[in-house]
Amino acid sequence: TCKLRVRAYTPHASDAVLAFPGEGEGEMEGDSKADTPDVPPSTDNTPQCLNKALEGLSSRWKNWWIRGILSLTMIIGFFLIIYLGPIMLILVVMGVQIKCFHEIITIGYRVYHSYDLPWFRTLSWYFLICVNYFFYGETVADYFGALVQREEPLQFLVRYHRFISFALYLAGFCMFVLSLVKKHYRLQFYMFAWTHVTLLIVVTQSHLVIQNLFEGMIWFIVPISIVICNDIMAYLFGFFFGRTPLIKLSPKKTWEGFIGGFFATVVFSFFFAYLLSQYQYFVCPVEYNSETNRFAVECEPSNLFMIQEYTLPAVVQNAKTVNLYPFQIHSIALSTFASLIGPFGGFFASGFKRAFKIKDFADTIPGHGGIMDRFDCQYLMATFVHVYITSFIRGPNPSKVLQQLLVLQPEQQLSIFNTLRNHLGEKGMLPPAVEEAQ
Amino acid sequence: MTELRHRGATDKELQHQNSEDKGSETEGKERDGASDNETKSDSGVPEVPVSADDTPEVLNKALSGLSSRWKNWWVRGILTLAMISFFFIIIYLGPMVLMMIVLCVQIKCFHEIITIGYSVYHSYHLPWFRTLSWYFLLCVNYFFYGETVTDYFFTLVQREEPLRILSKYHRFISFALYLTGFCMFVLSLVKKHYRLQFYMFGWTHVTLLIVVTQSHLIIHNLFEGMIWFIVPISCVICNDIMAYMFGFFFGRTPLIKLSPKKTWEGFIGGFFATVVFGILLSYVMSGYRFFVCPVEFNNDSNSFTVDCEPSELFQLQDYGLPPVLKSITGWTTVKLYPFQIHSIALSAFASIMGPFGGFFASGFKRAFKIKDFANTIPGHGGIMDRFDCQYLMATFVNVYIASFIRGPNPSKVIQQLLALRLDQQLHIFNSLKAHLTEKGLLPALEEAA
Repeated sequence: TCKLRVRAYTPHASDAVLAFPGEGEGEMEGDSKADTPDVPPSTDNTPQCLNKALEGLSSRWKNWWIRGILSLTMIIGFFLIIYLGPIMLILVVMGVQIKCFHEIITIGYRVYHSYDLPWFRTLSWYFLICVNYFFYGETVADYFGALVQREEPLQFLVRYHRFISFALYLAGFCMFVLSLVKKHYRLQFYMFAWTHVTLLIVVTQSHLVIQNLFEGMIWFIVPISIVICNDIMAYLFGFFFGRTPLIKLSPKKTWEGFIGGFFATVVFSFFFAYLLSQYQYFVCPVEYNSETNRFAVECEPSNLFMIQEYTLPAVVQNAKTVNLYPFQIHSIALSTFASLIGPFGGFFASGFKRAFKIKDFADTIPGHGGIMDRFDCQYLMATFVHVYITSFIRGPNPSKVLQQLLVLQPEQQLSIFNTLRNHLGEKGMLPPAVEEAQ
Repeated sequence: MTELRHRGATDKELQHQNSEDKGSETEGKERDGASDNETKSDSGVPEVPVSADDTPEVLNKALSGLSSRWKNWWVRGILTLAMISFFFIIIYLGPMVLMMIVLCVQIKCFHEIITIGYSVYHSYHLPWFRTLSWYFLLCVNYFFYGETVTDYFFTLVQREEPLRILSKYHRFISFALYLTGFCMFVLSLVKKHYRLQFYMFGWTHVTLLIVVTQSHLIIHNLFEGMIWFIVPISCVICNDIMAYMFGFFFGRTPLIKLSPKKTWEGFIGGFFATVVFGILLSYVMSGYRFFVCPVEFNNDSNSFTVDCEPSELFQLQDYGLPPVLKSITGWTTVKLYPFQIHSIALSAFASIMGPFGGFFASGFKRAFKIKDFANTIPGHGGIMDRFDCQYLMATFVNVYIASFIRGPNPSKVIQQLLALRLDQQLHIFNSLKAHLTEKGLLPALEEAA
């Protein structure tokens, strides 16, 4: 028989229960203490001014107001960062990534009481730096081709990038093996695995977010807004109409919230996409201008962002046409995913929190918990958008292809050149006069 | 130190099982270590499968006269020879069989590690979990094989319509398959087993990361040329054997607390022996096209062919000896394959870093209190026991090839080119033309296409 904790765990328990270490550990006698993390006491992080303003209200409404105000603050912060431009966005993504990593690793420490493991914190941060170095290097090599060609040390780093990253990772791996201490083997392996899974989830997906960003800020803003909207709409619909519970894992979610949120999100995204598609600032791929050494967001908008006429199916009206951006059709796909599959990311995080008996990932944001709590649904979305873009929207990155071409052997280049010439000639793209010019 | 779960009265069980093991010097240490940890909660102790003596009857009869230690030595020796012969036979059978063997080894390693996970967490009865683990294995393999097929079998893919669609939307399909598994996992979460289920989920993913990605790196190496598959594996095997021999005859200073059987003498002796072996083996292999040529898929005959003009790497060149060696040997130049120089790098890595993979596996076995990963090979343990050093090597070889040997795969570049928009293609065409003309590869006047 499993000797798991068999306490009567009531998911409906009020917020505060899990926060008290004493209660948790009292029932743990028969089981190992490793299960109960030292949950930090839920400090009330709310700033003093808010507390004063909301003194009069009952606890439930006070909580509601705090959450509401913080939500607004975060959304405004989001708009501010968008206004500040791509570099700011990249920095913020990086900051969020580091904070999420920190939150999850801290939970791991608590679960395993492994604060005193030799080297382990250093190693976790070291692996984070390695993996980030690898991904940022790949990004820089792909998108900053011209800059890289110019600077000699960068060229060297880019050419041997994989080897350097692998060597750095290996150094960390060897450090881990050398740091194994006799009585702590299992703990150390657990933390090693915990670190790697966290890296897999948090870091790879933050880089997918950045790649989406380079495609055009709209591919960054619309998915995130959709997920936020779905959260809020599902909450509101559940609040006003909610009756049938959705899943045992999250007792607060209801079917009414789920379905209402779905339709509301699709409509929201449809209009939001319409709004954003008009501005070059959002629609153009982010490019690095070698001369001015800055990011430039200027271009001829692609077909996706030019209004086209679509005929409505006969069943709707008598063969009317509407003017839509093709991107709006795509946004329907994105919002459908966010509403149907996005919640599974939330359930996963809920299950994780229940499994490790924590209420929130951390206490960074008053009323909301940690950064991970806000971003748990975003992760699946970021990967989906990236896969969606590579599969349906764009082909390979042209500058990357050119870069690969220039690295090949001259004979291979020549053969590719001839193949390409034949191909373009067939398509009628090559004027005969061009052939003579060189 | 805290463990996951309490288990009462496990001391006796563990010692009883350990005593059935064949003679192992670390036996005493493991038992001590185990009893140290017994005082704290010891859910960590898995139900170690009873060390059945798997040795075939015939061997047992032949060796019945010898003492236990020598008998063990002979069993290991015979099995080692059997495995090496098997290795040669597979190489002879060609790339197709090699790939299938790599796939089988990967599945077996995955199975071994997941089974250990089950034992550690007593999670045989978790709903859905075995199905999910195998499902994720299938997904990740589908993703990687799809990428490989798309890269290397480009013309075949273009020809067959269903393959073309699968290849075009490959990432999306793989992602959708993975997501289905993810949703199944979330839906399968059962109230009292949340933590267990998350642990198994994490365990599965880490195993996939280690086992599956690297078996695919091995297959990529194989496509580069069978020599890039054979030489690294042989170097690791040689290092294992040589370090063992040197340690057996000369070993005195222990190397690392983690593996008390390893010694500095074995380590250093193994290093030099492996480097020499690597140089000689590469010399022998570089002469044959079968090993040296990239594996290609011939569209017309629908089979793999290994025929080509050997690249510069595999053509004898003269190297001037430094004066030191000149005086010793009296030669001024020596004829070497450039590949032999690379093989020094490969064997140096195998000797220095490979053992870390072995230490990692040793630490893992000690952490989870198992003697071997499984009992598949008599005298040696499981498949993972044989392949633990190989994993780092496979990744290293792949990174090495990508960084120092070849550039991108030309057919992949063409494929990407043809997927671009026409105006982008034209732009690249012009850049390429300018580049080639600069290099003088293009005559000034061209004929019309």
